[in-house]
Amino acid sequence: MRIAAKGLIDRTKPVTFTFDGKSYSGFRGDTLASALMANGVRLVGRSFKYHRPRGILTAGPEEPNAMVEVLDGASQSPNTRATVQEIYDGLAAQSQNRWPSLRYDLLSVNDLAAPFLSAGFYYKTFMWPRAFWEGIYEPLIRRAAGLGRLKPQNETASYEKAFAFCDLLVIGSGPAGLMAALTAARAGADVILAEQDSVMGGRLLSDDGTLGMPWVDATLAELRALPNVRLMARTTVVGAYDQGTYAALERVGLHLPAAPHLPRECFWRIVAGQSILATGALERPIAFDNNDRPGIMLASAALTYLNRFGVVPGQKVTLFANNDHARQAVRQLMAAGVQVAAILDSRADASTVEDCPVYLSAAVTDTQGRHGLTEISGTHADGAFKIDTDCLLMSGGWNPLVNIACHQNARPIWREDIAAFVPHSGMVPGLTAAGAANGAFSTHAALREGADAAVAALTDLGRTATAPDLPQAEDAPYRLQPLWAVPGKGRAWLDFANDVTVKDVKLAAQEGYTSVEHMKRYTTQGMAPDQGKNSNVSALAVLADATGRGIAETGTTTFRAPFTPVSIGAMGAGGQGAGFAPQRYMTSDQASRDRGAPMIEAGLWYRPSYFPKPGETTWRQSCDREVLMVRSAVGVADVSTLGKIDIQGPDAARFLDFVYTNTFSTLPVGRVRYGLMLREDGFVLDDGTTARLGDTHYLMTTTTAAAGQVMRHLDFVHQAYCADWQVRFISVTESWAQFAVAGPMAKMLLNALLDQRIDDFPFMTYGEVSVEGVKARLFRISFSGEEGYEIAVPTAYGEALFRDLLAKAETLGGGAYGMEALNVMRIEKGFITHAEIHGRITAFDIGMAKMVASKKDCIGKAASQRPGLMGPDREQLVGLRPVTKTEIGAGAHLFNLGDKVERVNDQGYVTSVCWSPTMESYLGLAFLKDGRARHGQRVRLVDHMRKTDVLCEVTDPVFLDPEGAKLRA
Amino acid sequence: MRLTCPLCGTRDRREFYYSGSEDYLNRPAEGAPIEAWDDMLHLRTNPAGVTKDLWYHETGCGSWLLVTRNTVTHAVLATELVAARKGGAA
Ligand SMILES: [Zn+2]
Repeated sequence: MRIAAKGLIDRTKPVTFTFDGKSYSGFRGDTLASALMANGVRLVGRSFKYHRPRGILTAGPEEPNAMVEVLDGASQSPNTRATVQEIYDGLAAQSQNRWPSLRYDLLSVNDLAAPFLSAGFYYKTFMWPRAFWEGIYEPLIRRAAGLGRLKPQNETASYEKAFAFCDLLVIGSGPAGLMAALTAARAGADVILAEQDSVMGGRLLSDDGTLGMPWVDATLAELRALPNVRLMARTTVVGAYDQGTYAALERVGLHLPAAPHLPRECFWRIVAGQSILATGALERPIAFDNNDRPGIMLASAALTYLNRFGVVPGQKVTLFANNDHARQAVRQLMAAGVQVAAILDSRADASTVEDCPVYLSAAVTDTQGRHGLTEISGTHADGAFKIDTDCLLMSGGWNPLVNIACHQNARPIWREDIAAFVPHSGMVPGLTAAGAANGAFSTHAALREGADAAVAALTDLGRTATAPDLPQAEDAPYRLQPLWAVPGKGRAWLDFANDVTVKDVKLAAQEGYTSVEHMKRYTTQGMAPDQGKNSNVSALAVLADATGRGIAETGTTTFRAPFTPVSIGAMGAGGQGAGFAPQRYMTSDQASRDRGAPMIEAGLWYRPSYFPKPGETTWRQSCDREVLMVRSAVGVADVSTLGKIDIQGPDAARFLDFVYTNTFSTLPVGRVRYGLMLREDGFVLDDGTTARLGDTHYLMTTTTAAAGQVMRHLDFVHQAYCADWQVRFISVTESWAQFAVAGPMAKMLLNALLDQRIDDFPFMTYGEVSVEGVKARLFRISFSGEEGYEIAVPTAYGEALFRDLLAKAETLGGGAYGMEALNVMRIEKGFITHAEIHGRITAFDIGMAKMVASKKDCIGKAASQRPGLMGPDREQLVGLRPVTKTEIGAGAHLFNLGDKVERVNDQGYVTSVCWSPTMESYLGLAFLKDGRARHGQRVRLVDHMRKTDVLCEVTDPVFLDPEGAKLRA
Repeated sequence: MRLTCPLCGTRDRREFYYSGSEDYLNRPAEGAPIEAWDDMLHLRTNPAGVTKDLWYHETGCGSWLLVTRNTVTHAVLATELVAARKGGAA
């Protein structure tokens, strides 16, 4: 019910929304919870386990009951807290965890089965027989488990992520946070003030106390006017990480009708020099029998609904409390004209001076009302009572919101005087708690602590600040007598969200789960979306009582980030679809796609797989044609993805000798040499060709896959072992477009294209040439076994050169070839790739032991000569050829004829296979024990994946032209 | 987590590549016994407390850093350039 002239809502801006398909209206500034309450809706959800009718318990993000599904276009956001969701025109929300409807929920039979659903139910019930686990128990549990539902489609809504930096991060904008921000802002510090609510002010928006809105408005106006302050409303700080990094989630579009230009949420990483935890405190419920009916809520929530939203939660209100502060709620409700039936104070010595009946030594022991509270009963100093009431406010005192301070595993300390856990200094480096979050509950104390914390934080940052004069504010003492649970025979709820009662916690203790962490897991207390914000302290107090230990000794469970749930979409913002990884395109990309080439990923690069011709229906047809085309005429392939590292300096040669196993200082200028690079542990890191462009100038190529790794390795070797050598290097991979031109007509093609003839350009030579006046680098190298060249031009000319090369190649009966053909040709030649040098392979294994020069040291040399890295027991690179024309697959394992196919008899494995149109056979490269001594023998190739078992002949890995006559031609 | 690169300043850990123990800096001389290589390559102490390890400012300046940090508190106590450290020359 709405009250006139109260609240911060805009009554000139009506808003229409639906809940469970029914239309309602509220005002701008309402949350879904306040608007439903204004419309007299009390039943808003069903509980998790027992499907009990539930109403609204709180007025904030800690809400355990009022969780709904919000339907927003294609999205459906489950477990949205109605106490946080702002209403907007067209908002459509629905209750969850009920079927067929909220009022008539069939699974509420669980409530009758409650005696069987106690703590440890799952562990006890779904044990035997073992065969039931997957087929019967798991589907059963899954159907009953979970609250809201997701839509099964991919998430299409947009999210963002962002970084922010500041001197001081203030978390929370109540009296402590506002004062801290003001103090630091006036001192010139760069301040971020983050507030989870849509409006700044924290409890000052609800208390209607001595300070109130005028001070909030004036303070916010001053902060807003300062250029060094950022006010971030609707931004929840959800985690504290190392070196002053905080995660925060901003609701950007969730409170507005569909706005295509806005993301739903933004995930922030805020880096702060210092930070102040001013998150306030949460009021705690009291456990008594049937304390979960709609209409039973926290006293502070009622105060918020009254003062912030102009709504009262009932017509005839009662209060059950153990402290003075809670009486504010009923006093203000009375002042607003609401009838208050009684104050039930659990204390014997509390004041009875109020404008309504006050009963001391009181205990509520039961409640009535199926879909909403109608009556409470219990005892007080004068005996038993029954009171008609539709709204019972409860207050068991306050828990400082210490979560963020505990995210780095420090534990809060128990303060007996306020019966609460509080943070201490140093829990998170640079973070100081102030105000109610620190156990200082009066408004005056919060203001003072906020100012003091800011002065101290700025001092730590080497700045000076002075605390402003504090405004007059309430400074009442916090009088409370702990009360966690009223003894009773029925179910008294601790954790509303997960349906955990006092009985469950006691049963856990009785069954030996006396550690708080064990109790939590056995009962599931604290494991619902509210993560126990409303129940952790009460539950461990009940546990402490049941085990006879103190609360301090019992301790808390671990507080983990995130503080409130964060959608995966927000954390992964930007990472959907093409955003998942960067995409690198070669200059020939468009030309390749124009020719219909399917592109495949090679690391981050996209490379053409093959170039289909009309009439070709399978990749194999295209691939076979391209191989034969290169072997008989000429082919062109873009090889720009190979890593290229430019190395210069007087010590460049010496450096290469150190990082390669073989020698490069002896390489003449204008020549190219194949190089093998080891890791320091003796295994092969990479291979490639390196050209000497000048006396002190080399150009190294790496494989596509290992380009980044090699650069990192070179940087390490240089900086760690020879930083004083005069050598510098840089990646030039993206500066040059490079094309392989291979085949018997390669020279003819280049002579037709280049500005000069290359008739005398021997194998493994480098030279400078030009194409239509553009300077180019020409290397005579071959990865196909044919006479081959690679021509490199500055990237800007890449596409034009590729198109020219193809046009000329086609006049010679040649054309483009893709990765498939490239792979076939290198297998035919026994050239290795990272399929072979996969990290467990030594130079010895690939037959290159002699390339580890004996006359000089190099990275990996000593380790490569360790026992076990050489010899007949090693699996060595061989070729394989099926005895009949049977298809073979990579990954298959090799066995001796006659041996049982068992792991212990494993002789090796296949790394690469192809159909060779040149040899008209399937070919494989493999690692086989003592393989080099077994050429000519036969082995059995067993592929459990493809279900093949093929007899193969072991051969030299070089199948084609072993003398290299063709590539030297 | 944040690390302070001596050349680039304080940066988010996503800019860095983690490599491992500082032991990799102590490369045995040519001809050293195989045990010395085993120590350098494989044997680690895994302390709960202060440790020194190597990080590469991969998306920054390309510097290798020797970082002193505490594995218990996660405090970063010092960062220095591997190239500038004493005895860095081969
Ligand atoms: Zn750097």
